[in-house]
Amino acid sequence: MVGLRLVNVSKKGRGKEVLKDVSLEVRDKELFVLAGPPGAGKTTILKIVSGLVSPDEGEVYIGSEMVNAVPAAERDVGMVFETPAIYPNITGFDNIAFPLTLKKLPEAEIKSRVTEIAQMLQISHLLDRKPTTYSGGELQRVALARVLIRNPRVLLLDEPLKNLDAKIRERMRAELKRLQRELGITMIFSTHDQLEAMTVGDRIAVMDDGVINQVDTPEKTYQSPRTVMVARFIGSPTMNLIDCRLKEVDGRWMLDATDFEINVTRREEVTRAYSAGSSLVLGIRPEDIGIADLGKGASRTVGTIHMMQNIGDETVVAVKIGNTIMNTVISKGRVVRYGEKVSVDLRDERVHIFDKKTKTAIL
Amino acid sequence: MAKLEVRNLRKVFGELEAVKDASFEVSEKETLCLLGPSGCGKTTTLRMIAGLETPTSGEVYIDGVLVNDVPPQKRGIGLVFQDFAVFTHMNVFDNIAFGLQIRNVPKGKIEAKVDEIARLLDLQNVLFKRAKGLSLSEIQRVAIGRSLAVDPKVLLLDEPLSNVDARTRDRMRAELKEIQADIGITTVYVTHDQLEAMTLADRIAVMNEGLIDHLGTPNEIYEQPKTLFVARFIGSPSMNFIECHLTEKDGKPTLEADGFSIDASGLSESVKRQPIGSELTLGVRPEDSWLETEKRSAEAMRAEVQLIELLGSKSIYHLKIGRSPLLVKTYTAAGVEVGGTVWVALDKNKLHIFDKKTGGAMI
Repeated sequence: MVGLRLVNVSKKGRGKEVLKDVSLEVRDKELFVLAGPPGAGKTTILKIVSGLVSPDEGEVYIGSEMVNAVPAAERDVGMVFETPAIYPNITGFDNIAFPLTLKKLPEAEIKSRVTEIAQMLQISHLLDRKPTTYSGGELQRVALARVLIRNPRVLLLDEPLKNLDAKIRERMRAELKRLQRELGITMIFSTHDQLEAMTVGDRIAVMDDGVINQVDTPEKTYQSPRTVMVARFIGSPTMNLIDCRLKEVDGRWMLDATDFEINVTRREEVTRAYSAGSSLVLGIRPEDIGIADLGKGASRTVGTIHMMQNIGDETVVAVKIGNTIMNTVISKGRVVRYGEKVSVDLRDERVHIFDKKTKTAIL
Repeated sequence: MAKLEVRNLRKVFGELEAVKDASFEVSEKETLCLLGPSGCGKTTTLRMIAGLETPTSGEVYIDGVLVNDVPPQKRGIGLVFQDFAVFTHMNVFDNIAFGLQIRNVPKGKIEAKVDEIARLLDLQNVLFKRAKGLSLSEIQRVAIGRSLAVDPKVLLLDEPLSNVDARTRDRMRAELKEIQADIGITTVYVTHDQLEAMTLADRIAVMNEGLIDHLGTPNEIYEQPKTLFVARFIGSPSMNFIECHLTEKDGKPTLEADGFSIDASGLSESVKRQPIGSELTLGVRPEDSWLETEKRSAEAMRAEVQLIELLGSKSIYHLKIGRSPLLVKTYTAAGVEVGGTVWVALDKNKLHIFDKKTGGAMI
């Protein structure tokens, strides 16, 4: 059973707090994703787990063992960096075999293990060639093979898909997920790409500025983002986030966003905890906003089509309501025109509400 | 008269034919995207337009004038590099003014021009800030501003968003789109990211191994890709391809694949006229099929669920029908689980057929 735990880990670097009291738990055989914008502290966490960097405070456990004093080479943790550190002048075979060659294992055993792992990662055709001829995706897989051949208990991947072409990234996402399941290895994968976090992870830790905002399954993170940062980070197109004020008129509670209103009378978690006049932030996902021909829609809110982005199977449409611009999505068959006036339907019950000061969700 | 015309451009580096034969025109104010994987020749083509690379053969015309022998700085082009190459030690004003200053334009004129551009690109607030402390999005706008200051006839951008993290990229793409709409300058934009091309281009030239496979609007390329390569490259997740052969079942033309068959009566005459037994490649986009938890449509086929990638309100289902893999992108369905069974139907009107040997679309 090899899960791992970080308990109250802090790290300062380059004059700032890179990690602020971070605690997290990764379960045995889990594919755990660290997601967040550049500078969030993801790489530092991976380096602390691998032992390349020591925390200023806090403990690191691999399995039940506290490993703070255990040197990186003895932790049995494999790490693959953003730029695969592959030796360019030796063949794929020799690169992958390297860790075993160092251990002076018998040639026959090395050959069989390299062949096995090359087959699993579909890189058998690269064994006789040198890395200077490899594509980005192939380099990644050879780097992965070299780490996996040592049978580490935990595998750490630091933004492994970042430098790959968009199309290859798409394919490698599913491959990595399949591979992790096949190997049954505990894996931590870091990324700045929310799509990768959503599709690859069993659970995601969303972090920003050295702080973990939320740890949850992709589904729960998407349905119930706990902070404004998570709400903004997860989901594409980005959730629309608008400042608003709570107001009450004749027993009806509304979120006044200046250019439109949302009925929150039924949201007791808000009406019981906040008084009229409170500053809040409302969040509404593009797919929870509907636009219809004027006169056909049931809503009285009117907007103007401001901009459109064709993303293939859908079109992202920016709608302007007064001075507020919000994004919505329409299916590829539908046609709208710049400047066209439309009826905008905001699904009240799907609105997320956050405290403006603490930036946390009101649940 | 086209603003930019490229005729039979060819570039050979030693034994490598980087660009075999590229021809296209870009109208005034139009944005053309050169799209393709690493190594397809798109950047080399751009560099030939800029004058940074001399064509092995072929011509470049700007505003009707042959510019093959005209040095880059005299062609009337603006170039924005992949890493923006903004002068970090200078402030925004001096960066934008650079091209004018070295041309000894009078100070008053420089100030007026920089002011105009700063307003256009929303840089007024940072005009006297050093470029070093700016955000990526601001740096991108400074790089664009610097190019625009010299009133180029054509703006060339080389993968401007490839070094940017996912979320910032989404935002900068939307900003670029607004800038395009405001400035209206003839633009050629190089990218490997099909989403960028789809959202920013008026027309896209999809390049493959030194040749243009398809030149058309985003809609044309998405809905009716001319080759299998284009069909696979545009759209995310990629179009599904299934090898099949044409037969007859119950008197009706049918496509027989590995483990299932599809009614081909809705396909074009040219396909149906093929001899029985013809080997074809069937293409269907992940969003052009739907799932049923129980068989409800006559044409629905039984499939095994192998992997589910949650995107948010939609998911990508990795299925297997018979022995053929199929990806379906649709609204996340309750009750569909990995390892379980589901029924899938393909939209008969959205089937693409490609010649198995040439990869050309059969229409």
